[in-house]
Amino acid sequence: MTTLHPDESAARRLAGLATGELPTYPVPPGTGDGSLVDDPAVRAPLVLNNRSFHDITEIVCGYAEKPPGKWWLPLFGLSFTIAQIGTLFIIYLIITGIGAWGMNNQVDWAWDITNFVFWIGIGHAGTLISAILCLLKQKWRTAVNRSAEAMTIFAVICAATFPGIHIGRQWMAWFLFPIPNSNAIWPNFKSPLLWDVFAVSTYGTVSFLFWYMGMIPDFATLRDRADLRLRRNAEGPRVLPFLALRTDAVRAYVYGFLALGWRFSSRHWHRYEVAYLVLAGISTPLVLSVHSIVSFDFATSILPGWHTTIFPPYFVAGAIFGGFAMVLLLLIPARELFPNMKDLITLRHIENMAKIILATGMIVGFAYSMEFFIAWYSGNEYESFLFTHVRAQGPYAWAYWTMIFCNVVTPQVFWLKFCRQSPMIVFIVSIFVTIGMWFERFVIIVTSLHRAFLPAEWSMFWPTAVDIGIFVGSCGIFLTLFLLFLRFLPVFAMAEVKAVLPQASPHHHPPHPGTGGHEHGKDGH
Amino acid sequence: MAKQRKVYVTEGGEPVYGVIAEFATPADVYHAAEKIRDAGYSQWDVYAPFPIHGIDEAMGQKRTKLPLVCACVGLTGAGLGFLMQYWMSGVDYQLVVQGKPYGPWEPFVPITFELGILFTAFSTLICMLAMNGLPRHNHPLLKKERFLGCSDDTLAICIESADDKFDPDQTRAMLEKLGGRNIDLVEGD
Repeated sequence: MTTLHPDESAARRLAGLATGELPTYPVPPGTGDGSLVDDPAVRAPLVLNNRSFHDITEIVCGYAEKPPGKWWLPLFGLSFTIAQIGTLFIIYLIITGIGAWGMNNQVDWAWDITNFVFWIGIGHAGTLISAILCLLKQKWRTAVNRSAEAMTIFAVICAATFPGIHIGRQWMAWFLFPIPNSNAIWPNFKSPLLWDVFAVSTYGTVSFLFWYMGMIPDFATLRDRADLRLRRNAEGPRVLPFLALRTDAVRAYVYGFLALGWRFSSRHWHRYEVAYLVLAGISTPLVLSVHSIVSFDFATSILPGWHTTIFPPYFVAGAIFGGFAMVLLLLIPARELFPNMKDLITLRHIENMAKIILATGMIVGFAYSMEFFIAWYSGNEYESFLFTHVRAQGPYAWAYWTMIFCNVVTPQVFWLKFCRQSPMIVFIVSIFVTIGMWFERFVIIVTSLHRAFLPAEWSMFWPTAVDIGIFVGSCGIFLTLFLLFLRFLPVFAMAEVKAVLPQASPHHHPPHPGTGGHEHGKDGH
Repeated sequence: MAKQRKVYVTEGGEPVYGVIAEFATPADVYHAAEKIRDAGYSQWDVYAPFPIHGIDEAMGQKRTKLPLVCACVGLTGAGLGFLMQYWMSGVDYQLVVQGKPYGPWEPFVPITFELGILFTAFSTLICMLAMNGLPRHNHPLLKKERFLGCSDDTLAICIESADDKFDPDQTRAMLEKLGGRNIDLVEGD
């Protein structure tokens, strides 16, 4: 760690010693970017390069205020186009009927439900970071929670699309909810599919509220900055050259509206922090319940390969596993593309997430082997036939072994420290994990369905262009929303990041020249 | 018996909201808050871009009742959720599913739980805002240019004129003694 005090670094900048990019400082050898401190007695810095409160504001607000890099618009255009093509396929599906998918009488759940479970699982990492890691007082979460929560919401949006269109008569989608109707009928509350409707809609709503509440103070920061610029210079840049509307006026209005008049009062902060804890406390059982209920869709049926008690914990672990891979897929490129993002998302953050991937990957691997064990141990011949002859062998064996390779084998590289600490290797493993988790759902759904109890019912599932188009389109929708988030919203929880800086503690005293080190508050409690 | 509160106005006739002072570090503002609390002020606040650890104690702020409200609303939501399912499945539209009873409690557990969570989440956000008096987009403090620094890196204490102990000169002198800088009057109400 450097010994340069934030005030000194600010002074250097003001003195013109460094312009443009914020200065960086040398780090002790063997600590990577300065965050990989092995000594347990030394607290690794959460933010690198001695950034001050003002630096954090400048870095994070800069992403929303300054024009993005040259990469943003082409990437946005591409993902938006893909999203539009996906939407066209959805419209085609609604016009034609779900026979446009490759499903048949036997395999009547396929890519639609695979994609639904895939996307809803992705979201779980965001809630894990924002809720469970908050309760566990993992301070490193502050750098990744905002983007992970954004990812959660966008993933839930993608997920909710699939059950919505898979019902066949999409104009009857409101029948999913207990809405009074002229037929005087109500939905079947004993069905796990209805539990799923409530679980997913609650999950989406609560995640959104949590995300929004976290952003209120950061919206206020963006509002105040725009307001200050307007007060100092009313003739700022215009939204469009011919429109007498100032960009900062729009910002002050929109961010100001969303900030709800937040004014950084400590009495407000107190209630805000308690509210945050309450939301974290309820989101923890919520996130565990959501994927458990998704797994009930399968587990309450009597189909071999679905009717197992291991499903809820196995699905939850898999969801967190796949979700962290997606967080890393998004954040590793982002920290390369945005200036100074590496100060906030350090190699230690990536290493921590790699460790979670390894741990949850092992749980998933254990679940895979336990399924085999129980298939044999239960003495149920249908169950053991499914595992030995349908999944491990048979026409979809390639999908099963792809899943095993991606989910069980590849994360093992994270036992090696240099693999956890190399963003490139972590990125590649994350791609494998994401593919593997998609195949996991495909294997569970399709292999159990395509071999029914009567061999006469056996059939195969092959995706059509509509299947592929809608799945790829959902990836486009996801990426479009995430790129908009990176461009217009506070990508980091500024208030939370500031609160974990060493100088934020009321017992922190800046080191004086000569004395060195930190003098701890004598009157601390 | 509410005491008659003194109303202060500036020379320009504007009502006085309070006196604001800036502090250099979280430690300074923390110690100043302890002194202001001990001096017996009640209508005042610390403004900081992030929640300062332990500042609520230093300010003598009582722990909020928010979780209690959320728990009540959450349990109400769960109860309503259960009743809704019981009435719809067991009373109003009795449907035989797999030969099971009409209104058993077991299959109603997941939705009861989810609705409890949903109600709790809404009540948490709404209560937090309501208890904080938000949304309120106009505030005398937000009109002060220097105050807007609180959303960046400024730490400030504002003692409001609504406080019984408020006195323009003495309060200002106290803030000065506590290490406050850029002490200024806030106008408006």
